[in-house]
Amino acid sequence: MKDDITREDRVDALGGMGCKRKRVEDARFTQGKGNYVDDIKLPGMLFGDFVRSPYAHARITSINKEAALAIDGVVAVLTAEDLAPLGLHWMPTLAGDKQMVLADGKVLFQGQEVAFIVAKDRYVAADAVEMLDVQYEELPVITDPYEALQSDVVLREDLDTNVPGAHGPRKHHNHIFTWEVGDEPATNQVMDDAEVVAEESMYYHRTHPCPLETCGSVASMDKINGKLTLWGTFQAPHVVRTVASMLSGIEEHNIRVVSPDIGGGFGNKVGVYPGYICSIVASIVTGKPVKWVEDRMENLMSTAFARDYWMKGKISATKDGKITGLHCHVTADHGAFDACADPTKFPAGFMNICTGSYDIPVAYLGVDGVYTNKAPGGVSYRCSFRVTEAVYFIERMIEVLAIKLNMDSAELRRINFIRKDQFPYKAALGWEYDSGDYHTAWDKALKAVDYDGLRAEQAQRVEDFKAGKTRKLMGVGLSFFTEIVGAGPVKNCDILGMGMFDSCEIRIHPTGSAIARLGTISQGQGHATTFAQILATEIGLPADSITIEEGDTDTAPYGLGTYGSRSTPVAGAATALAGRKIRAKAQMIAAYLLEVHDSDVEFDVDRFTVKGAPEKFKTMKEIAYAAYNQAIPGLEPGLEAVSYYDPPNMTYPFGAYVCVMDVDVDTGVTDIRRFYALDDCGTRINPMIIDGQIHGGLTEALAVALGQEIAYDKQGNVKTGTLMDFFLPTAWEVPNYETDFTVTPSPHHPIGAKGVGESPHVGGVPCFSNAVNDAFRAFGLTHTNMPHDHWRIWKTANALGLHD
Amino acid sequence: MSNKMHIKLTVNGEAHEFLAEPRELLIHTLRERLDITGPHIGCETTHCGACTVTMNGKSVKSCTVFVAQANGADLTTIEGIGDPDNLHALQTSFKEHHGLQCGFCTPGMITRAAKFLEENPNPTEEDVRFGMAGNLCRCTGYQNIVKAILATADELNAAKEAAE
Ligand code: FES
Ligand code: FES
Repeated sequence: MKDDITREDRVDALGGMGCKRKRVEDARFTQGKGNYVDDIKLPGMLFGDFVRSPYAHARITSINKEAALAIDGVVAVLTAEDLAPLGLHWMPTLAGDKQMVLADGKVLFQGQEVAFIVAKDRYVAADAVEMLDVQYEELPVITDPYEALQSDVVLREDLDTNVPGAHGPRKHHNHIFTWEVGDEPATNQVMDDAEVVAEESMYYHRTHPCPLETCGSVASMDKINGKLTLWGTFQAPHVVRTVASMLSGIEEHNIRVVSPDIGGGFGNKVGVYPGYICSIVASIVTGKPVKWVEDRMENLMSTAFARDYWMKGKISATKDGKITGLHCHVTADHGAFDACADPTKFPAGFMNICTGSYDIPVAYLGVDGVYTNKAPGGVSYRCSFRVTEAVYFIERMIEVLAIKLNMDSAELRRINFIRKDQFPYKAALGWEYDSGDYHTAWDKALKAVDYDGLRAEQAQRVEDFKAGKTRKLMGVGLSFFTEIVGAGPVKNCDILGMGMFDSCEIRIHPTGSAIARLGTISQGQGHATTFAQILATEIGLPADSITIEEGDTDTAPYGLGTYGSRSTPVAGAATALAGRKIRAKAQMIAAYLLEVHDSDVEFDVDRFTVKGAPEKFKTMKEIAYAAYNQAIPGLEPGLEAVSYYDPPNMTYPFGAYVCVMDVDVDTGVTDIRRFYALDDCGTRINPMIIDGQIHGGLTEALAVALGQEIAYDKQGNVKTGTLMDFFLPTAWEVPNYETDFTVTPSPHHPIGAKGVGESPHVGGVPCFSNAVNDAFRAFGLTHTNMPHDHWRIWKTANALGLHD
Repeated sequence: MSNKMHIKLTVNGEAHEFLAEPRELLIHTLRERLDITGPHIGCETTHCGACTVTMNGKSVKSCTVFVAQANGADLTTIEGIGDPDNLHALQTSFKEHHGLQCGFCTPGMITRAAKFLEENPNPTEEDVRFGMAGNLCRCTGYQNIVKAILATADELNAAKEAAE
């Protein structure tokens, strides 16, 4: 024996899947050496800044550039008129609509980009923004989608109502699309015949992903070589390259797009924004590199809102609580342009996962998209496309039904869950759930929190409240969610026609270290750490010897990027499969070196051994060296592999959450006493990173449920344009979370992983909201809308007569 | 534009002297004039703390300080908190306890935490949460940041005791 270390030692030495590997990214971030877009500084670089519309709806009568251009240091002022000859004054949106890059004749929302100032630095640019003379003629403003569908005011004069939009016929000049899934007559029939029907209308308010870093780009056009380099806050750099090529006419090989370090994305950085286009044009026009970085107010006002769904639900059941049908209609406020970031065939994303975790035989979903004088967007804020809306909807409907049935909602869930033996489960609205074990997870969660004890305590609290002994009520928030993540498959998921596969390319170096490049891009998820763990286990080289690189389109293989929790389900699968290709070749090399037949060697942790004679082996390190330095008959030198992975199905992570909350009836202040989160994301790659993702996602859920919103007044003014008004929780407002898990591997994913980054947000929002609603259940409340800030909670208490 | 001012300041022990418009914000002085890009900009309205530096012994948000106000000041940024061969205990602890994800808040967070632990070497969890409430993080939910800071306090105290 060459060594006496155990097999276990060898497994540990790899730092592979399942271990709490510390992050390799952290060294640079903790020392201030990250490289974010705003850190990029190029010789002669200019700075771009937008003049934005103060009005939500107005005609532009004139733009006079003179005073702005007179300022020393101002290089150019671009308006729609300047972009028109290049065909760049409008751009296509991801949702098949088009959007103004710079206001073309009129503005449609407050904060809309009107002109782009290019100057020698950001101060001069800001001065010139003040000096640009734009004259407006105000038009009537519509901020309510129901009003929009009745109004004579035409928001989009560029569109012909008689010409179908990207998603079919339009019913009105402010209507965008109708999307229907399921069987409406059958659903109505079930409702008519049902023993019990519960109905509720709910508004899932407009909010914003608000990553700590805003959006920005640096464009550098090298006219001598005809090459454009674009750095930017891109969650999908390869898509940006393709779109930039199609828009600008520059051949794709002459465009290099780089996503450097990204300071959080949460869906905010999926879309293509006017700033990116303007920085490119400005660099082409001036011949200098041009940087554009939006400030926080611009980010909140104009760059990619989320949600804004008006939902009407009906749920039917037997009097024992067995659900028989679900009907959902959504009026979706998309703002001035339909810029939703959804796969092409899904204008409301995966909202049709709204039957949730329940075996509901018949269902119908209808969604009407509507234009209003609000910012465009409709991105998936820390969720797969519109899944947060869907899960909130069903988890509120379950509570509403429980009230109608006078039943415990934990029990109502339990008797309606899809059973383990029903998977793969075909849902009424079309999806095929790959796997799940909901009852086990639910029982584990309820036991962990002593559910019956909580209900007893709550009942006592109600008594005490009625007896005047306390002014605090207690809410027990429950949620059970099923996510749908990891888009493709390519056959039904594409963005602008680009199929949603992903990729990984691996090169093993002669000394047994490696570099792997992927089509995704981390925004804090720790890909450089976790993808190396997947590979370590697959190819038997230590994770510490594997560099992971993403985000440079010149070097990385083409991929659709990171959002919708698709990195692990799709690129993670590509990584495992590319690793297996490496292993297949390594097996042939090992067999040659050991002088046996290929099928007589087997992989064992970090080596190939001769079957039945484990003392005869070649380590992967030795094999790597031989791959380059030994002539092996019939084999090309080298050890590289690439895999493009088109998933056969999506993955369906699920989880069970419980929130225990005290609510002060007189102040509306909430206190989260306990939050328990059980997640099942299939195979767990790095438990430390999973927990971190859950803490973060729950905190963003807390924000959305308890106060975070983008609000408008009647004139279309954004009332929440700074972090003073837009709620981001601090350490003071956030509880400690208890995390737990079950493991139900995805049957079709090469390593059984399902993705986790967004689950806590998806499951967390209804859990917090249910806790608030539940606190008032004993006093007759069925439903109150989010966000549950102190003032709204106080109003709820007041309306229920609790202040009398 | 305008009248420039003669500014002198020290950053991480290094003296700098230059002419600047008084309205220049300290965060821009650091990032754009001096290429010290550790401190970040998350809001420019004093809410997020990404731009936190230590100025004359106090934590300040450098997006809300004019360079004119910083004239003559002694400043420490994340770059001056530790170096690769001699990391500050917080830098190690944030990694150990997974107190960061995208890393955008981290420089401000660690700079503030270092000062906080000087102000209060024996904090309770509540003290940490209150003392760090000026620094926003969108990724971590704070749980592991709080853990990292508490662990550092213990570590620094143990080291102090050992030295005594
Ligand atoms: S950038 Fe200074 S507090 Fe946000
Ligand atoms: S780690 Fe991303 S904002 Fe804190």
